[in-house]
Amino acid sequence: MSLISAKNITLAYDGTEVVHNLSFSIDRGDYLCIIGENGSGKSTLTKALLGLISPVQGTVEYGDGLKSKEIGYLPQQTDVQKDFPASVYEIVLSGCHNALGRLPFYKTTHKSRAEFALKRLGIENIRNTCYHELSGGQQQRVLLARALCATDRLLILDEPAAGLDPIITTQFYEIIKELNTKENITIIMVSHDKSAVLDYSDKILHLTDDSYIFASKNEYLNSDFGKSFLGGGAK
Amino acid sequence: MIHTLINMFSYTFMMRAITVGILVSLCSALLGVSLVLKRYSMIGDGLSHVGFGSLAVATALGLSPLKITVPVVIIAAVLLLRLSEKSKLKGDSAIGIISVTAMAVGVLSVSVSTGLNTDLYSYLFGSILAMTADDVTLSIILSAAVIALYVIFYNRIFAVTFDEHFAKAGGTPAPLYNMLIAVLTAITIVLGMRMMGSLIISALIIFPAVTSMRLCKSYRSVTLCSAVLSVVCFCIGIVISFLYDLPTGASIVTVNAVMLIVFMIIEKIVKR
Repeated sequence: MSLISAKNITLAYDGTEVVHNLSFSIDRGDYLCIIGENGSGKSTLTKALLGLISPVQGTVEYGDGLKSKEIGYLPQQTDVQKDFPASVYEIVLSGCHNALGRLPFYKTTHKSRAEFALKRLGIENIRNTCYHELSGGQQQRVLLARALCATDRLLILDEPAAGLDPIITTQFYEIIKELNTKENITIIMVSHDKSAVLDYSDKILHLTDDSYIFASKNEYLNSDFGKSFLGGGAK
Repeated sequence: MIHTLINMFSYTFMMRAITVGILVSLCSALLGVSLVLKRYSMIGDGLSHVGFGSLAVATALGLSPLKITVPVVIIAAVLLLRLSEKSKLKGDSAIGIISVTAMAVGVLSVSVSTGLNTDLYSYLFGSILAMTADDVTLSIILSAAVIALYVIFYNRIFAVTFDEHFAKAGGTPAPLYNMLIAVLTAITIVLGMRMMGSLIISALIIFPAVTSMRLCKSYRSVTLCSAVLSVVCFCIGIVISFLYDLPTGASIVTVNAVMLIVFMIIEKIVKR
């Protein structure tokens, strides 16, 4: 049984169709990279997988008892966040909001979950620091820790390395890969980064304006699609 | 001076003004943090103008001012929020259009009916004399409701304010919480208008939040600091206005402005 599968979905953004008749599915422990040009519908697709928007046609199905609100999500940063006065701990703890149910306040179990996420990403020493005083790499770690509070099974990351310098980017990808291999967390990542796609993923979904290819990494690399996309930049 | 201060508390109208003022200051400070961070502070301004318009119309028609204005401003809040969610730029000008139109309708209905009487003048520029016993009761009930709802939904309001997309993905209905904030703001503004005046009330929403953000490093400390600052500035402002016979709303806003400057100076010193 697949963890999450899209069946013949068509998605629209601001009234324009961006993804047409797309089908794919991923299983537990997979590491899927979604690539494609700007405007090919990558972010829209992640929103559909999260249940934030509904497909114009087709369905997104969750398997293995997964619920859409139990997906850990790392969205692109917004302007609001850049000068937001909140401590690292407050932000990480807010990842547990999907487990609040009808409770108004967080319980001890939620707090220990947040503690664990802080340790897991090595940011417990900056727990009281203000978010907007952090470097870009630290901010992404905080948002990843928050996403980990929300899930044990599936992370969806939307261009997590945007704006990070190369060394920090590599460190960040290593952390994600570790979560994937050691903790068997399924990863779906939107990325522009060719090296990330090559080094870390095991399945690839390439969206183009009018079509797509969904394949394992090896199949993809041997396809014409893969050769032309990764061509010059591949190592 | 101490004698005058003791004297101050012996007037019923002052006690009413202080009670309602403290409650409204608390509400506006709490909501202000979210509104400022979400870049919604202009909604407060727009709503106070709509409030003025609807008060003027209600007075012209001989209807109970607060009971008409509260629902009208709540509807306006929902409308303004929708507009600004659709598009930041269009929303901005839409707020401007709605607020000046409401203001114009207000002024027109005043001139057609009675001319600018004291009651409406007080809505525009504020008057602590305007509070009736009924107003005080209604204000206490509504502000208690605003504070209670804010505390109960504090964690969710934080999640939605910091990151709407993440909140939605985790199953927290962000639009509903935005609506809650807008409705609570509408209530607070209408309550505060009588004393501060509709031209000044939006300052109460913006100042405490912006001032606390100079120095505070966490959302909780910003929230608490805003609440304390707002009440302190209100108390200093109302005492000054009583002692020197100055307009209440303007005095309170000036104290807030001075406080912001003090905080900015401290921020500069701390950063060195």
